[in-house]
Amino acid sequence: MTDAGQQPPRRRPAAEPAQRSQPAGSAEPTDWLQPTDLPGTADGPGRVDRAGQGSHRRHHRREAGPLLEDHPGPHAAPPDRFLEVRDLRVRFPTHDGLVRSVDGLSFGLERGRTLGIVGESGSGKSVTSLAIMGLHEKTGAKISGEIWLDGEELLGMSSEEVRQRRGQKMAMIFQDPLSSLHPYYKVGDQIIEAYRIHVDATKKQARKHAIDLLGRVGIPQPAKRVDDYPHQFSGGMRQRAMIAMALSCDPSLLIADEPTTALDVTVQAEILDLIRDLQSEFGSAVIIITHDLGVVAELADTILVMYAGRGAEYGSAEDIFHRPQHPYTWGLLGSMPRLDRTGAERLIPIPGTPPSLIRMPPGCAFHPRCRYEELNGGLSSTEVPAMIEAEPGHQVACHLPVETRRRIWETEIKPQLAGERTEAR
Amino acid sequence: MSDAAEIPVASAGGATTDTPTAPVSRSDVLLDVTGLQKHFPIRSGVLLGRQVGAVQAVDGLDFDVRRGETLALVGESGCGKTTTGRLLTRLLEPTAGSIVLGGRDISHLSAGKMRPLRRDIQMIFQDPYSSLNPRHTVGTIVGAPFRLQKVKTEHGVRRAVQDLLELVGLNPEHYNRYPHEFSGGQRQRIGIARTLALRPKLIVADEPVSALDVSIQAQVINLLEDLQDELGLTYVLIAHDLSVVRHASDRVAVMYLGKIVELGGKESVYTTPMHPYTVALLSAVPVPEPSRREQRDRIRLSGEVPSPINPPPACRFHTRCWKAQDVCRTVEPPLAALRPGHQVACHFPESPPAGFRPTAPEAAGATTTD
Repeated sequence: MTDAGQQPPRRRPAAEPAQRSQPAGSAEPTDWLQPTDLPGTADGPGRVDRAGQGSHRRHHRREAGPLLEDHPGPHAAPPDRFLEVRDLRVRFPTHDGLVRSVDGLSFGLERGRTLGIVGESGSGKSVTSLAIMGLHEKTGAKISGEIWLDGEELLGMSSEEVRQRRGQKMAMIFQDPLSSLHPYYKVGDQIIEAYRIHVDATKKQARKHAIDLLGRVGIPQPAKRVDDYPHQFSGGMRQRAMIAMALSCDPSLLIADEPTTALDVTVQAEILDLIRDLQSEFGSAVIIITHDLGVVAELADTILVMYAGRGAEYGSAEDIFHRPQHPYTWGLLGSMPRLDRTGAERLIPIPGTPPSLIRMPPGCAFHPRCRYEELNGGLSSTEVPAMIEAEPGHQVACHLPVETRRRIWETEIKPQLAGERTEAR
Repeated sequence: MSDAAEIPVASAGGATTDTPTAPVSRSDVLLDVTGLQKHFPIRSGVLLGRQVGAVQAVDGLDFDVRRGETLALVGESGCGKTTTGRLLTRLLEPTAGSIVLGGRDISHLSAGKMRPLRRDIQMIFQDPYSSLNPRHTVGTIVGAPFRLQKVKTEHGVRRAVQDLLELVGLNPEHYNRYPHEFSGGQRQRIGIARTLALRPKLIVADEPVSALDVSIQAQVINLLEDLQDELGLTYVLIAHDLSVVRHASDRVAVMYLGKIVELGGKESVYTTPMHPYTVALLSAVPVPEPSRREQRDRIRLSGEVPSPINPPPACRFHTRCWKAQDVCRTVEPPLAALRPGHQVACHFPESPPAGFRPTAPEAAGATTTD
């Protein structure tokens, strides 16, 4: 990221073990901590860079610390926090005011695992992924926080350093394959270009690699189709070509931003299968960003629900679908028409509309739409709730006491949803 | 098979009444479509523009829409559902076939003759950003139908517009605001208010909620349901989202490459789909239930949707169908009622009713996939 100059002193990794972003009860209680965060010193906002050294040592130290009590990954090795985002803030100065697109977000992801980020438009999901990819460079965004990828902190890097990692360490699949492929260049050439930037390969080797990849993502006759232009591909094939391009340098983190939203349902199913198969083949970490709860339920191991630039709830897929604790998650589940519901009953929408990111409501951003807001004595409108672990591995940013949330879910929300759904089993 | 088929229908209770089995009397039918066709010519040459072919976007549709119901047209992109919607509202001129609205054939009426009938048939568009003129106030937009149709309103247009805004859940004081001041969901409400201005009998809603966020989508779906109950509206709902269709419709027509392949009551189509394409479509919908991830038995269709310029002969689905046999390539299956109120165009339907005799003996063993 090169926009460093516009900001107050950028936070850089220090040589201590992982730190908590803010001490508890600090001025900005929006921070929410991963269960695995090591106890450490408080990190001042103006910490001076102590050079990029030590990142490897750090990495090992972190590995030795208490690990995420997540499901055991497909591999036997102990999970290391491959990606860790801490207190990420992305703000865009505009004429109307400061747009707080991402406002204190923290999460982590292991290799070989899939994180689903769910939220509505404007919740900050795409902005988060662009921040990880270092793609906010020319947007005038003000970014703070830390993004650790495989032991390296990305936000403190120069744009050239990020560029070298982009494609190789991390790659992204975008929503609309038609606008992300260049119409003037052959599909194969676009894959070859990305590959040769990062890997020292001859044109011939790169072309062979491109054909291999196209075949791998399920494009028939790849040796022939490699010379096609994007317009000769159907929508699903374009998305496959995008995936091939993203995988060309074997990235260890793959971010898929609404990868199937523009596609038909049968094609969507194929692309989701493909992402799943490729993940088990390459063992990469995958972040899938979507507004569709069905898609995350298909793919994600863990789910982060975002609202107005902050995390609302984080947990395993089972936590989010079977034991959700945040009123916003309840609202999402109630709003969603489902194929396995009879459809006789009404949907339960969330009243109101998402807040303006310039004039965020004080306290909990969701409180103006929350049905249970009055249950905690006005706390919601004054204090931003922190992301607190409600159960092992399940974090919720809500002022309601855990017991109250459990009770509301069990006695009110769950029966409401079940009433709509004829349970198949 | 889709998860939907595992759901016991009986538990749905009396609320989900499917299509009545009794024949529909003519007076119940608001819109009757027979043999509807739309071929877009492909011309070649700059000056002469000789026709060298045609995109057979819609190729022979037969269906009716009954008063007070919601008929959903569902299918993937390119299946002709939007073209059908535009034909019904006569924004396009049909190539062949007839559209009878309330006993009157409107298939080839001129623009002038069509104009008074536009009161009865209105459209809700997909994109609430491009379907509202950014230079007009909400009052002008919603009041436009009154002016265009020269309809006298009891207490003036302003009052009528404010009533409409209230009806769709907007603040009547927003009369003088511009579209950009509203969110996507609110804009869609403005579009709905405009649609309702002349109290139409039939509303063609083309993907009315697909541009909206989940929480807002639910608000708009509920609004459309309430308005239907309150005003006795009839909807033709065009959608690609099978979950929304299941929630919001009474009957469903599944389209593939310009034809209806299956048409029936919602519960019947969703729980016992008979056309292989419907089965595949339903099996592809992601179900928000992580515990069932492993149990999914998804049908993968081979290949791509063929081009509507040169569609496959006979059954158009045969190129991708796992049950296709020779007869599918030579004889076009008619859209036949295999169950009461449930029509399907297939030689070898899934879960056929007892007594169904397939066209060829090999298919005798054909049963459901699960």
